[in-house]
Amino acid sequence: MDWLTTVDHKKIGILYLLAGAFFFVIGGIEALLIRLQLIGPQQEFLDAQTFNEMITMHGTTMIFLAAMPIIFGFMNAIVPLQIGARDVAFPFVNALGFWTFFVGGVLLNLSWIVGDVPDAGWTAYVPLSGEQFSMHRGLDFYLMGLQIAGIGTLVGGINFLVTIINMRAPGMGFMRMPMFTWTAFITSAMILFAFPALAVGLILLTFDRLFGGNIFDPNMGGNVVLWQHIFWIFGHPEVYILVLPAFGIISEVIPTFSRKRLFGYSAMVFATVLIGFLGFMVWVHHMFTTGMGPVANALFAVATMLIAIPTGIKIFNWLFTMWGGRIQFTTANLFAIGFVPTFVMGGVTGVMLAVPPADWQFHDSYFVVAHFHYVIVGGIVFGLLSGLFYWWPKMTGRFLNETLGKVTFWTFFTGFHLTFFIQHIVGLLGMPRRVFTYLGENENPGWTWMNQLSTIGAFVMAFAVIVLLINIVTSMTKPKTAKGDAWGDGRTLEWTIPSPAPEYNFKQTPITRGIDAWWKEKMAGNTEMTPAEPVGPIHMPSPSILPLFMSIGLGIAAVGFMYSEEWNGYYVAIAGLVITFFCMFLRSVYDDHGFHIDPKDDKGVGA
Amino acid sequence: MSGVTHVDPHAHGVSGELPHEPERATLEGRNKLLGFWLFLGGECVLFGTLFATFMALRHNTMGGPDGAHLFDLVLVAWATFILLTSSLTSVFAIQAMHAKKVPQIMLWLGVTVLLGLGFLGLEIYEFFHYVHEGHQFNSSAFGTSFYSLVGFHGAHVAFGVLWITLLIFQLARKGLTTVTAPKVYVASLYWHFIDVVWVFIFTIVYLMGKMG
Repeated sequence: MDWLTTVDHKKIGILYLLAGAFFFVIGGIEALLIRLQLIGPQQEFLDAQTFNEMITMHGTTMIFLAAMPIIFGFMNAIVPLQIGARDVAFPFVNALGFWTFFVGGVLLNLSWIVGDVPDAGWTAYVPLSGEQFSMHRGLDFYLMGLQIAGIGTLVGGINFLVTIINMRAPGMGFMRMPMFTWTAFITSAMILFAFPALAVGLILLTFDRLFGGNIFDPNMGGNVVLWQHIFWIFGHPEVYILVLPAFGIISEVIPTFSRKRLFGYSAMVFATVLIGFLGFMVWVHHMFTTGMGPVANALFAVATMLIAIPTGIKIFNWLFTMWGGRIQFTTANLFAIGFVPTFVMGGVTGVMLAVPPADWQFHDSYFVVAHFHYVIVGGIVFGLLSGLFYWWPKMTGRFLNETLGKVTFWTFFTGFHLTFFIQHIVGLLGMPRRVFTYLGENENPGWTWMNQLSTIGAFVMAFAVIVLLINIVTSMTKPKTAKGDAWGDGRTLEWTIPSPAPEYNFKQTPITRGIDAWWKEKMAGNTEMTPAEPVGPIHMPSPSILPLFMSIGLGIAAVGFMYSEEWNGYYVAIAGLVITFFCMFLRSVYDDHGFHIDPKDDKGVGA
Repeated sequence: MSGVTHVDPHAHGVSGELPHEPERATLEGRNKLLGFWLFLGGECVLFGTLFATFMALRHNTMGGPDGAHLFDLVLVAWATFILLTSSLTSVFAIQAMHAKKVPQIMLWLGVTVLLGLGFLGLEIYEFFHYVHEGHQFNSSAFGTSFYSLVGFHGAHVAFGVLWITLLIFQLARKGLTTVTAPKVYVASLYWHFIDVVWVFIFTIVYLMGKMG
């Protein structure tokens, strides 16, 4: 029950991870079904409609319901600890962010039960996603689910921006912040400027579909390319929103397990900010084939290629960090090291795709599918798995089993390259993406064996995930033996407090004397941080059920709007909105004074 | 629930004990202010996208009346005058807050709410009139983008009116404290933001529409 009302950022972090893992498994099953359908020519395992639903839900689930929440999970669990803060800036809003994401995700997947599943791809291009070509309610689940989940992401981003700006421990200037915190900061800023655009796109398409609007209907003066602009001005930054925190994790893991400071810290910060900026400047490279002319294409091609520069800075800095270090090959570090070449490969094909004449050839082929899986799995998923093994002791007080971890790494790494490397080639041989079947053995240029290899690789990855899940479950039965500085070589502030962190994080706010504050103290021979204040009672916010109810209200309202044409859904919609607004009213009227913890009495056992 | 049980033990009911800028006196207050500024940054993108959509589609009237025929600048000028004045009155409320005069805050917030209601009244009349002229939400891309943009702003005004009204009641019950002060300050920021958006709507939708 206290998990439903919690406003503790560490518990919310675990909730995010659990929910993200749940949706990751669902998205993975969808991926396996897609691969099974494509294992040979003219399979009839899935029909065309179901296949479209699978690819749509796989993409949407993995981006919005798996990768985003897992990133938010780490940000919640780690960022306040890294900056020496007792809490986040808005604990209540933080809980609201989780619950809106969760309700949005459940709503999206409810479509499987209702039987009307989104089927226009995760990009939902009009007119494919318009009323004319997507007549059932599936797309409405997409629009409503993402709208609600998007609210959660937006408020989460604002929460972290304020937390990082206003609540750093004394001495921690911006140029002393750990890299993961830096990437969380830039990611949050990007969320703030990217997600409102998505919200507008979704609401306008909702108007078109449910209330007879004409924004995207050319017959009534609307414009279909407008959707692509709106979607990608959100969608392109989104991939950097996802990958920057993964970069941040890599930048924490590699120095820790090399026993060296991160090479080129300020260059890393500069590169992070620059990637954040350029991420907004390149959305048109998703639209080279829509006919905007050579000038626009050339400008956006150059802007896109520029991103390779800060990314290259990062890659070389990671390599130089390892250079001459005493490298420990823990599972966390294996994922970090495996990330580097894999992500480079994804980056190289990214630059290839940024050349418009070449893009006209690669466009909508499996080459593109291979590229973005190299970036998103090879970059983001590798980073997140690295972070999972690295911070698991800090979050739970227990270690994940290293042997099982290494099995996970090697099978995942092998399975991944087996699945996706060959897709570059099958793409160059002309296999289009999004097709549910292809011609027989004699009529295709070798697609069959390549797709078989790809499918086998997908199942190897699935095996790796099963081993990981077993690892997680068995670790939860072990006693909490991890020390505060669980790996012994921790560099940043989260390793100065017990594992798992007590409810109030820091008994006394620490003074920070440099980059890698904890490492600096250890090298000076100190066993703890210098406190900035005497021990005293610590103010904490009270738990609240309102975030959950507010989110459920939004979910009810969404269902009401969706079915407004079939039954009297407006009454349901209004009832849902009344619930949400009434909760807002209660929150506003009754002041939450929280409570105080005396750290001298409390044993301080957190999540 | 009687008022007594809800008296805030940390609040300073007497205005004389309040710090100089009560909205910034606590970390919670400073967080709220910064968070709200950032939220407004997100709102800029939100309205920016709606403006861009309107700009792209504003000539696609599909045979219906266009802006030059529809818009009555006198009416819109009155709406603008009323809304801009309400921004001024919300500044008076903040000045009263810094002078720690609770009745004056409530008075000026009340005037702000009334002006906001006046603006909404004009807008509803305006929309009603347009629909009669054949400019409907679903009659063309121009119609949908117009009502989406201007209506979204109107919804913001309506939300602000409800919000500030609620704050007036809270001020009456709790007085000016380090908890209520940031709320008042943030609400006035919101109100100014709505005003700024309206200035853009006035220019881009109405002036440019009238000029053709």
